[in-house]
Amino acid sequence: MNSPLNRHTNILDFALSSLLRRKSKNLSLLVVYTLIVFVIASLIFFVQALKHEAAQTLAEAPDLVVQRMIAGRHDLIPATYGEQISAIRGVRSVTPRLWGYYYDQVFGANYTLLVPENGVVEPGSIMIGAGVARNQRIKIDDMLTLKTSRNAPLLLTVQGIYPSSSELISSDLIVLSAEDFQEMFHLPPGQFTDLAVTVANPREQVTVATKIAELFPDTRPILKSEMLRTYDSLFEWRGGMMVVILAVAVLSFIIFAWDKATGLSAEERKEIGILKSIGWETSDVLQLKFWEGIVISLTAFLVGVVLAYGHVFFFSAALFEHALKGWSVIYPQFRLIPVVDAYQLTVLFFLTVLPYTAATIIPAWLAATVPPDAAMRS
Amino acid sequence: MIELANVTKTFNADKHNQFTAVDDVSLTIEAGRLTILKGPSGSGKTTLMALIGCMARPSSGRIRLHGISTSFFSDADSGSALDITSLPERFLTEIRRTTFGFIFQQFNLVKGISALENIMLPAYPTGESQAAFRQRALELMELFSVSRHAASPVEWLSGGELQRVAIARALINNPTIIIADEPTAHLDSKLSREFMEMVGTLKARGKTILIASHDPLVYDSELAETVVGMRDGRITGITGAA
Amino acid sequence: MIQHPAILALSIASLLTCFMLVYAAGYGTRILEKWDLQSGSELQLELERRTYLISVILSYTLVFQILSLFLYIFTADNLHSQFTGAMCAAGSLAVNSYGYPVLILKIINCLLAGVWLIVNHVDTRGYDYPLIKTKYGLLNILAPLILLEAVLQFAYFLNLKADVITSCCGSLFSTDKRSIGGEIAGLPSGPMQQAFFGIMALTVVIGVVFYLTGKGGGIFSLFSSLTFVVAAASLVSFICLYFYELPSHHCPFCILQKEYGYVGYALYATLLGGAISGLGVGSLIPFSSHPSLSRVIPAIQRRLTLVTLVLYLLFTLIVTWRMLSTSFTLG
Repeated sequence: MNSPLNRHTNILDFALSSLLRRKSKNLSLLVVYTLIVFVIASLIFFVQALKHEAAQTLAEAPDLVVQRMIAGRHDLIPATYGEQISAIRGVRSVTPRLWGYYYDQVFGANYTLLVPENGVVEPGSIMIGAGVARNQRIKIDDMLTLKTSRNAPLLLTVQGIYPSSSELISSDLIVLSAEDFQEMFHLPPGQFTDLAVTVANPREQVTVATKIAELFPDTRPILKSEMLRTYDSLFEWRGGMMVVILAVAVLSFIIFAWDKATGLSAEERKEIGILKSIGWETSDVLQLKFWEGIVISLTAFLVGVVLAYGHVFFFSAALFEHALKGWSVIYPQFRLIPVVDAYQLTVLFFLTVLPYTAATIIPAWLAATVPPDAAMRS
Repeated sequence: MIELANVTKTFNADKHNQFTAVDDVSLTIEAGRLTILKGPSGSGKTTLMALIGCMARPSSGRIRLHGISTSFFSDADSGSALDITSLPERFLTEIRRTTFGFIFQQFNLVKGISALENIMLPAYPTGESQAAFRQRALELMELFSVSRHAASPVEWLSGGELQRVAIARALINNPTIIIADEPTAHLDSKLSREFMEMVGTLKARGKTILIASHDPLVYDSELAETVVGMRDGRITGITGAA
Repeated sequence: MIQHPAILALSIASLLTCFMLVYAAGYGTRILEKWDLQSGSELQLELERRTYLISVILSYTLVFQILSLFLYIFTADNLHSQFTGAMCAAGSLAVNSYGYPVLILKIINCLLAGVWLIVNHVDTRGYDYPLIKTKYGLLNILAPLILLEAVLQFAYFLNLKADVITSCCGSLFSTDKRSIGGEIAGLPSGPMQQAFFGIMALTVVIGVVFYLTGKGGGIFSLFSSLTFVVAAASLVSFICLYFYELPSHHCPFCILQKEYGYVGYALYATLLGGAISGLGVGSLIPFSSHPSLSRVIPAIQRRLTLVTLVLYLLFTLIVTWRMLSTSFTLG
């Protein structure tokens, strides 16, 4: 039976055999193509995983953080503010928080200091992130010496080390008691870094924030959704910078693909001439070129994606983590949690397969429109 | 039957290098007969055969095919011949692959694939199932005694074997008309005679055959029924017309 | 904002499509001017060769268009966290006044590109290029629309400002707001259900009659387009509600999200595919008396009708299944 489906399978069959016959040419195309897919895919997966990581961390953040501002700078907030804020309708709880940064001159590293809400650490003890442990080469029950703001040493015992499953945020963390924190920075009691506010009804968050701003004109309430957005645009921006550079890569790839496709060898041109002369029609040859393109594209896409997946999620994006992360010397050496969805794959498809396909349309057509009698006149 | 009326083919029209390859040719080629186009190289034989074989369209004049049927046209329906003069390539190709089989001077086999695949090539775009035309190709290889080369790449074949493979390929879609362009140009006398024997077999099977040649072995052959002489794109004489 | 990978992807796709279509339309115009099938001149042969290129370009354009329609909604959905007040694509699209026009243009362009390919397919089946003028005339309508879409899409992305407070599906498709979305959402669900199932049944009956007897193709095409509009309105008015199981959430985009098993894609794909083939049936009617097409067109129309019927029935099946299987009922 004659059927369009048979025509497709027959032509696909011949396309595969043609591709295999010109191994060296197609292999170099495939390598470049795969590399492009690999790099762009790594980038997209990486940024997405970072966003996911950050969102995960922020999920536990309070609905609202209230900071006190003096002369446009962040300042300590007295506990009395908190008492008045808890009286606002809709506020479920107010927790004063103590946290800050500490620069270690010996190791040249920045640490985040944090006092936990429920006092899991006793005065004199600390919990540290895996990055700190690595950096200082210390383990549980070792002592860590920090310098207070009055240049006196403060000796602290390591009580525990945070697991490295989500290292991005917790890596440079030192968790210590309120007393040690106040000692470190010579803070008066009753003063806190900021206030964490939870609101019973999510819809009332904005109202509560407005009320706080009215009640204390010297404070700045920050909504969790705003923080999420800032994180998002931060990653987007960093990823975007890379994408702009990659766009150049894509462009050069298009030129490469175009060149490969137009640079038909004499052999290939002759072959198409023969096909035309023995009864292949222009659209059959176009079909042949289409299948060749599909096979190359899909192979490059699949291999590139699989390699990128391994690169990002098993090797922690070793190739470009410096460009994208890195706001601290203590480098998070964490495994990202794999998050890949259809959306990212579609974007990847748009950035790689579409340009390739568009670049090969005209060369394919030029090849396909060899007049059928050309083979008779050679 | 193929009917040509005042057919002209001009290349590079309206340019300084304009030239007319076929000039006002009118000719009738009878079904079931062996017709030979005879003439020196450059006499327009190849162009004329390309026009008849639906490979190119004439600049002017009419070409009509009688007794053919395709998916979009059948004699029985319209009761008249099919005028192929201004058909789009898509339709010309369909007629070409169902009606004509071609044998080229250089054989025009695709290198790097097997002899069997070469024979099957014209059938790929017809939409027939591969199993069906593979079977036919194997039968043809049997007929021309080249079966043992089915899996070999064509580079390994001798001149005579290439010739047979080329003929087998021309027959894969069961055409009614066979067109051969200088088929013996690259063959020695022994192989040329063999070729003419095969032509005899095809004629016996009722095929219409059209050969362009300036080889006496071909046009003086007793098989030749009509010999059309050509020079400078014009017909110089017809012998043995029905 | 513009550096978001998806925005870059959409912009690249737009640029490519525009470039290809302007090229195609340019040659289309040349074909319209110089076409002379009777001539075997080199110019004519060259133009005929060009028609292949244009067909290929348009086939790819349709594929790119359909992909970019979905990626556009997907991206708007993904961006929602950047805007205060946006909870899904509806909110992101409302950030500036270009979002929705781009979406509507994308849908129209998909429909037109689909119809073009159907006309093109028929044209290649006639031995005298019977629809060549129609085809390239249509191309000259499609090309400017695609350009416009690209320009508006750039404008949309350039004007995405993160500090904008937008209104999302809650208010856009809220029944007590006086906006188009609100008006559609406010359509009473009872009569809307009757209208949807009514017109669907009618279209199917007309389609079956046309399939069997070849009569009423024009009416079928008209009804299939009407069904498209009614079904789209029904999506907002009541179909969504059954998927969300919320009496007042009318958003047509949230159903594209993972939480609802991406069912939105199936709904939109069947609806769009059905509308394209339905329109195709109608667009071929003026040419069915053409001698070289008199045998071709009825067969193609029947096939297109079948496609429309199957896709529309699939759509109805998904909707009905959901309405029956959920415990949610509209009061």
